[in-house]
Amino acid sequence: MATNELHGENSPYFHGWKAYDNDPFHPIQNPNGVIQMGLAENMLSFDLIEDWIKKNPRASICTSEGLNKFRDIAIFQDYHGLSEFRNAVAKFMGRVRGDRVKFDPARIVMGGGATGANELITFCLADPGDAFLVPSPYYPAFGRDLRWRTGVQLFPVMCNSKNDFQITVEALEEAYEKAKQSNIKVKGLIIVNPSNPLGTVLDREALKTLVSFINEKNIHLVCDEIYAATVFSAAPNFISVAEIIQEMDCNRDLIHIVYSMSKDMGLPGFRVGIVYSYNDAVVNCGRKMSSFGLVSSQTQHLLASMLDDEEFVEMFLRESAKRLSDRHKFFTMGLEQVGISCLKSNAGLFVWMDLRSMLIEQTVEAELELWKIIINQVKLNVSPGSSFQCVEPGWFRVCFANMDDATVEIALKRIQMLAGQGKEKEVAVKNKPWRKNLRLSFPARIYDESSVMSPRLMSPHSPIPHSPLVRART
Amino acid sequence: MTQTFPPKPDSEDITRKPPSTGGGTTGMRLIVPLRGVVQGRGGLILGSLIPCALFYFLQFYLKRRRPSPPSNPASPSASSSNLAELQRTSSRSNLSSRGSIGRALVSTRASSIAKSNDSTYYIGLDRVKEDPYDEIDNPNGIIQLGLAENRLSLDLIEKWLSRTLNDSICGGSSDGLSISGIATYQPLDGLVELKMAIAGLMSRVMGSAALIDPSKLILTSGATPAVEILCFCLADQGNALLVPTPYYPGFDRDVRWRTGVDLIPVHCRSSDNFTLSITALDQTFNQARKRGQRVRGILISNPSNPVGNLLTREMLYDLLDFAREKNIHIISDEIFAGSTYGTEEFVSMAEIIDSEDSDKERVHIIYGLSKDLSLPGFRVGVIYSLNENVLAASSRLTRFSSISAPTQRILISMLSDTRFIQEYFKVNRERIRKMYELFVTGLKQLGIECTKSSGGLYCWVNMSGLIRPYNEKGELELWEKLLNIAKINATPGSSCHCIEPGWFRCCFTTLAEKDIPVVIDRIHKVVETCKSPA
Repeated sequence: MATNELHGENSPYFHGWKAYDNDPFHPIQNPNGVIQMGLAENMLSFDLIEDWIKKNPRASICTSEGLNKFRDIAIFQDYHGLSEFRNAVAKFMGRVRGDRVKFDPARIVMGGGATGANELITFCLADPGDAFLVPSPYYPAFGRDLRWRTGVQLFPVMCNSKNDFQITVEALEEAYEKAKQSNIKVKGLIIVNPSNPLGTVLDREALKTLVSFINEKNIHLVCDEIYAATVFSAAPNFISVAEIIQEMDCNRDLIHIVYSMSKDMGLPGFRVGIVYSYNDAVVNCGRKMSSFGLVSSQTQHLLASMLDDEEFVEMFLRESAKRLSDRHKFFTMGLEQVGISCLKSNAGLFVWMDLRSMLIEQTVEAELELWKIIINQVKLNVSPGSSFQCVEPGWFRVCFANMDDATVEIALKRIQMLAGQGKEKEVAVKNKPWRKNLRLSFPARIYDESSVMSPRLMSPHSPIPHSPLVRART
Repeated sequence: MTQTFPPKPDSEDITRKPPSTGGGTTGMRLIVPLRGVVQGRGGLILGSLIPCALFYFLQFYLKRRRPSPPSNPASPSASSSNLAELQRTSSRSNLSSRGSIGRALVSTRASSIAKSNDSTYYIGLDRVKEDPYDEIDNPNGIIQLGLAENRLSLDLIEKWLSRTLNDSICGGSSDGLSISGIATYQPLDGLVELKMAIAGLMSRVMGSAALIDPSKLILTSGATPAVEILCFCLADQGNALLVPTPYYPGFDRDVRWRTGVDLIPVHCRSSDNFTLSITALDQTFNQARKRGQRVRGILISNPSNPVGNLLTREMLYDLLDFAREKNIHIISDEIFAGSTYGTEEFVSMAEIIDSEDSDKERVHIIYGLSKDLSLPGFRVGVIYSLNENVLAASSRLTRFSSISAPTQRILISMLSDTRFIQEYFKVNRERIRKMYELFVTGLKQLGIECTKSSGGLYCWVNMSGLIRPYNEKGELELWEKLLNIAKINATPGSSCHCIEPGWFRCCFTTLAEKDIPVVIDRIHKVVETCKSPA
């Protein structure tokens, strides 16, 4: 298991990161470096957290004020977790959903970050060889987190832009049938709501459809609601599956929620993953399994204090949403100025950018060619839709919340320049090196690893013409 | 002693396995009806059909009537059959799930856990949680001797913290403890500074002869995932590791559960002071091979849990030779390396591989801060390996079990203060030794002996003279008496797969000095009831 390729680190998604690691942007030290726009991290509201921590030294327990609790916390390794931690998390989760639903602290199970939580729920629900349906485009690391050690397979449910990438019953049925025909048992459906990479939320009808579907097929529904509090405009509102099951008849043993502090609170370093299940057997099993990924008791204590501070939580959620909204608006408007549109979204830390018009042809190869240019010449690490298993080439996920205002402006300028090249590029890309046409003088840098990135890529110089009959690979 | 091992998970066999002693009688039951046929009694057809029919109905009847397995493992060897039970239960659920329109089932693992009966190790821990001893608030509560935790030296850490850390984990100033240092994504296998600090700590703890290279460290959220990750890296599903008994009950979960790797016990006896013998290792290895089970490595704990003895340098070299000869790995769990108190010198596997020119890639060491530094809540585990493949794979696997960044920051400060660490270990060792001597002396006064141990937070107590009958059932009865009458939770040897009944692991580092007479007194009461005629 250790030597197979399921860790997925040889895919383009991770190659982009490596490009960034080799040449990271810095406003002063490396202004021509690669700007990281492939990491969905929320850095906009750090100062609020930092402020709170400084004002509340007792929470950190390793301070003179908090020392009296140190002993008990340091010794505590019960996999139930600190009760104040579970209570605070349950309360916070309810708060994020507008207090329209209450969560039971006894159903909260810890995982090693959302990554660990996703793997844990998969271990609890499926055996090796079983399958999960997952709507595409989906978060690339699912391929690793849900499959690697668990031995579970993923069957994508295809969505495309004709209906704004919404999940249809037809697509669900198709994926389900496909698995059945291969004699593979489907154990569940995993959805991410708000969606990564789309940034959209599911409306009430869609959620009800999904719940009916899983009820009818008697399979589990895992809702990864990790971006729940990154919704930055009221319409459409975020609706959690927890609310839906209050409104309709459903076998609750099938419903599970995955959550984390990494996106909403911007605290990925804390490694706090939560599995909330309505199924007692899963809670029981998951809790024991959480021994492999318990949250540090010191972190539990810190978060319990923070999330218990209702005034702070209120202020934080409000302010964070506002900052995300402002940044999103700034970014999308800047893109629109050069005719680049994004999927209409109101959540998440990214946009789903439509660059289909810039492709020489609507194939994955062309998308990856364009992506290479964006990484190497425009110097932005964005994530190509193909790494999200998107059926339509030409879409890119661009993260905007992990940088300051100045860097966003620079990134925007670079994209605007790329768009301006648009028509010239379509002709020029066939003749290397087109980069002489760029107005900015970036150092001509050849990305050495590009030749091993994807065996499907064809060099523009290749004597084999790009066949228009080449089927776009999903 | 028959070895039982779990059938393959997808086995269609739903017949209940007879207990290990039943093997002979089943044979007999087969022969009798056949004899009837041979002797021609009742005609060929009657002579064969009726006895066979009766035979099968008898089996069926007896199986229905047989009592369900006891709540505690029936015997050391049957603990693996307990797992067999678990696996069989899951194969039943697999059968019912195929083509059924019933309830959506959870995974095999989930259903097996739901149905499994926890071992005495976990039951005892739960009982203490319900009724914990407190000198003032609950003087009749259960005293915890079943958890290898060290509460003796937390005050030293508290003092250091109050001296050193200023306002918050975001810290003052210079050492860059800014929010982005603790909140953002960090390298998943641990911050470089923490690796360096831990390398320094381990070098000190494992004897200065072993220099630990920080780039060969992988940090995980506790030693529990560290063990599991190593198993995922070194073995495939269905393979096995050899493990000397008695061993830490948690290994059954950490090694086997999600990996599908099996543990094959190599029994050690009190006559050898429970030290491992290469002969026994070799025998077990060969038996496994005959069965067609592939052994991938040996899992040892040094200092040993639960016995507390140290492996000699010679034994470590012998183990390496054995591993070399069979081409297998060695996992050395050295989590108690800093908690030694005897006169013997602790020798780490790290020192052995340092001195060897070859086979450095066979040995993998596990460490953590839960025992030596009394910080189990902080979840810090370490894998140390010179095998590049293992390092690469483990490093990727830590994404599921990373250490929380703010915790890492605090630890970097603490562990880098080498003067404090040196002082801490010195005082801590002294305190452990003192408690050990008090405890062992107290037991001796009751006529109860312990093995001579030199490390760990516990002692390995011989109560075999008090159990009647001299088997696991007797041991469990004594355990229950200790729990219910004496109100102390000790870990019975059967949960550690000890082949000799009557041994108990008693941890004394969760006690204060004044608690020891209380404990001894309570044990005394039970000893009296055991000695008096039944």
